[in-house]
Amino acid sequence: MLQAVDATFGYGDTPVLHGVSLEIPAGALVGLIGPNGAGKTTLLRLLAGTRRPSHGQVLLDGSPLTSQSRTAVAQRIAVVPQDSQLAFDYTVLEVVLMGRYAHLGTFSVEGPADLALARTALKATGVEALEGRMFSTLSGGEKQRVIIASALAQISDARGSSPGREILILDEPTAALDLKYQLGVASLLHALHADRGLTIVVSTHDLAFAARVCRTLVMIKDGRVLAAGPVEEVLTARQVRELYDVEVDVVHHRDFPLVVPHRTAGTERPA
Amino acid sequence: MRSVRGRIVTAVLTFGGGALLTILVAPLIGSTPISVRRAWDWSVPFSDNPDAQIFFIARLPRTLAGALVGSTLASAGVVFQGLLRNPLATPFTLGVSAGAALGAMLAITFAPTLALAGIPAAPLASFAGSILAVGVVYLLASARHRGLSTNTLLLAGVTMNAFFSALILFVQYFADFTDTFRILRWLMGDLDVSSYTPLVSTLPLVAVSFAAFAWLARPLNLLSLGPDAAESRGLDVTRAQRVAFVSASLATGAAVSVGGPVGFIGIIVPHLVRLMVGADHRVVLPASALFGAAFLVACDVVSRTVLAPLELPVGIITALIGGPFFLWLLVRRR
Repeated sequence: MLQAVDATFGYGDTPVLHGVSLEIPAGALVGLIGPNGAGKTTLLRLLAGTRRPSHGQVLLDGSPLTSQSRTAVAQRIAVVPQDSQLAFDYTVLEVVLMGRYAHLGTFSVEGPADLALARTALKATGVEALEGRMFSTLSGGEKQRVIIASALAQISDARGSSPGREILILDEPTAALDLKYQLGVASLLHALHADRGLTIVVSTHDLAFAARVCRTLVMIKDGRVLAAGPVEEVLTARQVRELYDVEVDVVHHRDFPLVVPHRTAGTERPA
Repeated sequence: MRSVRGRIVTAVLTFGGGALLTILVAPLIGSTPISVRRAWDWSVPFSDNPDAQIFFIARLPRTLAGALVGSTLASAGVVFQGLLRNPLATPFTLGVSAGAALGAMLAITFAPTLALAGIPAAPLASFAGSILAVGVVYLLASARHRGLSTNTLLLAGVTMNAFFSALILFVQYFADFTDTFRILRWLMGDLDVSSYTPLVSTLPLVAVSFAAFAWLARPLNLLSLGPDAAESRGLDVTRAQRVAFVSASLATGAAVSVGGPVGFIGIIVPHLVRLMVGADHRVVLPASALFGAAFLVACDVVSRTVLAPLELPVGIITALIGGPFFLWLLVRRR
């Protein structure tokens, strides 16, 4: 279980998060939605332990992330950032093997077990055929899958794993993808959650994606939690309006709530 | 894919063999032909043995200096490129060479005969100048920022280079013709050391830096994903950046104090090596260190022989090769 307790954070003098409390139970699939600049990415950074809250704390199975070493945290929690640009031309397999950093000693190199985990991860994300390709030659969707594979390799335990132990954090994974790849990422996250028992936290602007993929949604606005709970309860017309300042209808389409925006709040004409 | 360990061993054996061969052959080539057998013939007194004198006093220290400077600048180039996440960075991007040049020219102009523990003032002052320059850059980049901002590093480095160049012109105004000539020569980069003292005195610093480089190989791989991604994979990014900056700056300062600011080694060698062995820093770093040694020693042989008996400063040769190479890289990146 990953928990934020009254977590507060700012960059320099600019406050971003104000006392956010949040519970992500093991095996949960949580979506984070909210306007641009609401603090979603920052919250994900706190949850991953790459930033420390100035007040409050983030707990992993009850113990603060700050009391654990970076590598110990990295063995449990992996992050897929919004976009990945490599400064040098690595092969796909090399990129995935970089995920094993936290498992290796200072001067040791990846062994057969690491290689096997990397290949399993490539297979899980459906890009095992790209192993020998240069990362820079891949399409956006393929890069995304390779980075997810690298994250999987990072939280895989060579001794096997218990469900819910591995936590995957994704920051707007569909932002730069076309429709087909968006659906691909949706079903990939679904499969990783169902088959590998991964705990997944994903931020997104795509409410259809959030409704289809996630079980639980958290609404973030102005650095605070506006609402949290099961998708059906959170994704109501009233709350979406409050979150984004837009008038919406929520209709049901194939068992999923579908948000249809029609105008910004306070204006008469359709947007 | 072959294992990383296998690739490291292959690279070290191949590039190491090449470097060794170059270093062994280089002292035998020059405007005056010498005989190895006579140079190594200890039955003749050293003072009566011109072959031995040329070999051991003129050419061997020069060759070893080339190897030391070449391998240091090449591997420091790799580290700076990894740190700045910019394949076009060089060891001199952050102001090391301009600081070193200012120090050297102050020493040449105002204290030409001073020496400390047998080391002449110019290399000492050049080292001090390089440390001053990178110290300022470091403080600028770490102020008001968690870790080191690579953008600020680059901007501060470029600014320091320009500012120190202005100071150099200012000091140069007070130098006489002889000093100006010596300063210009120093700026070209020259391996004419004619003693082992500069090598021995810089070796400890270079050795410490190389140990840091070995530790940095894997962190530099992660850094190429970006600082946030590297951090989430378990790397202490701030520490890795600090170690990279300090060790590569010290190594560059030491190399420049021996051979002057020999240009382009720090960018040509890492790129050629990456084309051959891929991007993994665990292979690129040792391969660049060894290839850099061979490359600069070979360039030095060319500079000593191409217009013999004239000996060109080696920096002219590396710049003549490096300029077009750099442009080719720029065009190729599109």
